Amino acid sequence: MKFTWFHLMPWPHMPDDFREKHRSVWVDLPSKMYEPERGHGIYHQYLDQLEFAESVGFDGIGVNEHHANAYGLMPSPNIMAATLTRRTSKAALVVLGNSIALYNPPLRVAEEFAMLDVLSGGRLVAGFPVGTSMDTNYAYGTIPALTREKYAEAHDLIRKAWAADEPFAFNGRYTKLRYVNCWPKPIQRPAPPIFIPGGGSVETYDFCLDNTYSYSYLSYSGYLRAKLLMEGYWKRVSERKADESPYRAGFAQVICVADTDAEAERLYGPHVNYFYNRCLHVYPGFADAPGYRTIKTIQTGALSQFTQAAARDYPSMTWKDLVDGRYIIAGSPETVRQQMEELIKSLRVGNVFCLMHIGDMPDDKVRHSTKLFAEKVMPHLRNLWPDWNNHDDRFWVHPMNERVSLKVAAE
Amino acid sequence: MKSRFLTLKPSGARIQIVEAGKGKDLLYLHGAGGHMPNDPLIAALASKYRVVAPLLPGYGQSTGEDGVRDMLDVTLHALDVLEALNLKKPIVVGHSMGGMVAAEMAAIAHTEVTKLCLLAPAGLWLDDHPIADIFSKLPYELPGLLFHDSKAGQKLLTSGVNMEDPEFLNEFLVMNARRLGMAGKILFPIPDRGLAQRLYRITAKTLIVWGREDVLIPPVYGDAFKRAISKSRLVRIAKAGHAVGQERPAAVLKVIRDFF
Repeated sequence: MKFTWFHLMPWPHMPDDFREKHRSVWVDLPSKMYEPERGHGIYHQYLDQLEFAESVGFDGIGVNEHHANAYGLMPSPNIMAATLTRRTSKAALVVLGNSIALYNPPLRVAEEFAMLDVLSGGRLVAGFPVGTSMDTNYAYGTIPALTREKYAEAHDLIRKAWAADEPFAFNGRYTKLRYVNCWPKPIQRPAPPIFIPGGGSVETYDFCLDNTYSYSYLSYSGYLRAKLLMEGYWKRVSERKADESPYRAGFAQVICVADTDAEAERLYGPHVNYFYNRCLHVYPGFADAPGYRTIKTIQTGALSQFTQAAARDYPSMTWKDLVDGRYIIAGSPETVRQQMEELIKSLRVGNVFCLMHIGDMPDDKVRHSTKLFAEKVMPHLRNLWPDWNNHDDRFWVHPMNERVSLKVAAE
Repeated sequence: MKSRFLTLKPSGARIQIVEAGKGKDLLYLHGAGGHMPNDPLIAALASKYRVVAPLLPGYGQSTGEDGVRDMLDVTLHALDVLEALNLKKPIVVGHSMGGMVAAEMAAIAHTEVTKLCLLAPAGLWLDDHPIADIFSKLPYELPGLLFHDSKAGQKLLTSGVNMEDPEFLNEFLVMNARRLGMAGKILFPIPDRGLAQRLYRITAKTLIVWGREDVLIPPVYGDAFKRAISKSRLVRIAKAGHAVGQERPAAVLKVIRDFF
């Protein structure tokens, strides 16, 4: 198993009456709510937490990209990952990812990911999301019905740029470059391991299988509701006669660990409430711009989780509802271990993206929960895929052998 | 109203053509919402004209939307359809997005479009008068945006179907994704694809019609179109919103008859 400690970097100071005063946490929330001087400390605290996760033994540390979003303050995850290359040495840097349809030219992603891979000595996991409709269409203005075509072309360009040893011309519909010449190039050849966040479309299953990419379902609604979608993926894997390596798949899960189940509710209840009721308060009109999803995907009923979230009644859900419905995995180390094992086996995933900073959780609680998970849960989950020797070379990083030792200037 | 189909070469796109009435030829290009059920404007125009109303790819039963990506594609598609229909010097009427397409046709092929009627057309953008973002609207918000009398408008839009009904909503989702997915190619995120710099080319005799109560594309845009098109006249219709033709079909028919 590979465990990645994943940060969303939410703004932790949304007021109590947030839901009443604002229709959405995303796209049109006035940025006057953001206070840059407070943001300074928050960014550094969040980066410290990612570094802490490496120190207690997580395999990866993860960041992602969002725009105009108060629960995801990383318009550029690459900037965050760059700081982490200097202060970590073992963990994979999981950038999940860069919304490649948004970069102009998308060659920028090939270059920046190559920089990160070189800086980190070959520790980059490169994520290529299509991006949510909120980010891609509403915040960044990409035409919904052309988003996927643009994405596919960007992917093609990036892979060619990494593979080529000589400059070449690229005549795409959306990008035309006379000289594609990617300096630097990544350490990991032909490319870093690539993870694709998906939301249930068959096209994305096939895209992952065609290219040997790991399919990552980044949900906030827990593993029970993910079962149907992941079964669809594994069915496709079997139809395509691909091997069933669990590392072909990953899942994101909100996790809280305390000494006892009761203690977990006491410690984390308010922050979980902040996350589900403020961070996920998205105006349904922004969830799915018409044309963003293919007709086929809509007809299969795979609604975006934000459309579902809007339909779901988070405000009326109690801690017990969230725990019993397994939206969150929370409780004593033994409770969390049992449920994590159920998650891993039932979804057949080799990657788990652990969401352990939740909403407005203060630093001491984040570290407490993280440490308990690393010490008392993770060791018991390490060997759940013995048939695969608990590792699949195709879906994990290949750091170079002799890396330079970093000296921090102040020391 | 009858439907027939036209297959375009070489794309193979199959285009649904709604036809009604007798008289002089009138080409009607719908807005981003497509035709309304028993479209009141088409019905009114058909009392005096032979109305020919093609549906854009992605609308109704028309196909071929994947091959139409930008404004030039849409304009040339519409000119191809016009040519294939073999109409005699038709009045080209376009509503909202259809007005934007009609204006583009008249600017690009100004010898072929000689009579033009723009009903609250899209295509311009004034910073001081932003046009509402139709793409992020929920179904229940649309009647208020499209009609002066939103209750009557809701009935027209749905022919009385309950908009809260899950089955209706599911169908709506698919239909809406096809239609607005296509519309987004020329309207998202800002409904401006450079028409302003081409309007000077329009030589057609042009009637511009606006609902006085239009809250989607405010009536001030009527003045901007009027200023930019040399042989044009602007008429404002009282007690009408953005769907001016559907809300006041008789009044719109009358101004068209008076002008052409």
